[in-house]
Amino acid sequence: MAYSKRLNNRKFDETREMEAKVGIIKRADGSAMFRIGNTWAYAAVYGPRNLYPKFLQNPQRGILRVNYNMMPFSGSGERVRPGANRRAKEISMVSEKALLPVLDLKEFPNSVVDVFIELPQTEAGSRCAGICAASMALADAGLTMKDLVAAVSVGRVDDKLLVDMDYSEEAYEDGPVADIPIALMPQSGKITLLQMDGEISKESLKKAIGMGKAACGKIYDVMKKALKDKYEVH
Amino acid sequence: MTVKDKEIAVPGEVLAEGMDYLPGQGTYREGDRIIAGRLGLASIEGRAVKLIPLSGKYIPKMGDTIICQVIDVGFSGWRVETNSAYSAMLSVKDAISEFIRRGADITHYFNVGDYIVAQITNVTSQKLIDVSTKGPGLRKLHGGRILEVNTNKVPRIIGKSGSMVSMIKDATGCRIIVGQNGLIWLDGAPEAEFTAVEAIQKIASEAHLPGLTEKIKKFLEEKTGKKIEAHAPSIGEHSHDKGDR
Repeated sequence: MAYSKRLNNRKFDETREMEAKVGIIKRADGSAMFRIGNTWAYAAVYGPRNLYPKFLQNPQRGILRVNYNMMPFSGSGERVRPGANRRAKEISMVSEKALLPVLDLKEFPNSVVDVFIELPQTEAGSRCAGICAASMALADAGLTMKDLVAAVSVGRVDDKLLVDMDYSEEAYEDGPVADIPIALMPQSGKITLLQMDGEISKESLKKAIGMGKAACGKIYDVMKKALKDKYEVH
Repeated sequence: MTVKDKEIAVPGEVLAEGMDYLPGQGTYREGDRIIAGRLGLASIEGRAVKLIPLSGKYIPKMGDTIICQVIDVGFSGWRVETNSAYSAMLSVKDAISEFIRRGADITHYFNVGDYIVAQITNVTSQKLIDVSTKGPGLRKLHGGRILEVNTNKVPRIIGKSGSMVSMIKDATGCRIIVGQNGLIWLDGAPEAEFTAVEAIQKIASEAHLPGLTEKIKKFLEEKTGKKIEAHAPSIGEHSHDKGDR
């Protein structure tokens, strides 16, 4: 049976419902929340600040440190074991690399910018939600950035291409599935994160990335509005 | 021009198109467009477009008067915390005029945990910072309390040549020192201190709104029950501070 209609009645190029808020963690230097469907991400930015141990310091520019963490109760009911694991370390690393191209930390040699991404509830697309929240939080922290970073997952379920997969689609069993998280700078359209789990043809991949770019445009609008709402004169 | 004056711009947003405009602070040019390089308030001055920062940590600048805390004592000076990404060095020769014997105990001048008002005398490219306490108004702070606000709100708290902070001082009778790094020291009667703190926090949270002086004046009149006359810019304690534009 072909996948003719999405299990959740969305259009194929439609994301889940989104919500964004900036400045929710008062003690942090910058913070933001991003929700897409049932996936919630909170990000807090601290710094630029002192960096120790000293061997981590870079005298040329400040460094970025991203920590991605799923809370113990954030899964589907099974307790997520707290603390770092292989998956969390990888996602921390790719998130860091997705965010670094927009940042300019030359003004802050030997220092660090810490980003903490916490997910209280997840249902697929958590690294993308985390990157969106983190990029808003970095902007809120007043850092020099040439662009924001918007991220979304695209994919293929059976013979259909779609945007922002949820868990039921990732776990679809009646046909091949590919899950492709992408992050990009919405203004220039340059991609900063591209991963894939599953298999897909070259043509379909190109098409899927195109769909992802369009979706990131919509996500960018949500992020932009959230940032302006915090500071706008009410 | 795609952005209006006094509008919030987010990173990556196109501020102006065409070569008629010049990119100012916080912006950059790409092709013939001027793009926001940070989150800020757009400000158009003639042909130049710049962004006024609304958030962010304190960046040490030469000549700034800051409030800092002693975190370490060495042989020939003190290390102080500046509320920025970097700590600063206060050497004995920039702090004390009297003769000090080599190896003498310098903790009775400043000890770990003390707050001081100091001026930044030098900042290197690697952000090594020197501060000095030789100068008018620069000293160790005794008693009082420290309040932390965002460094970008400091110009509003000081006001035009110190008008805002003078108003709070006169209304509450508190002694107040505002550091460019966002640390504020205040000392007075408990009730007065409380009112001053409230006023400062009100300024910090409404710093981007117009008509702030009037609002704070009304707030202080209500709290203290005193009439506050319009404030002439005072000269003196805050003459070396950088106030509102």
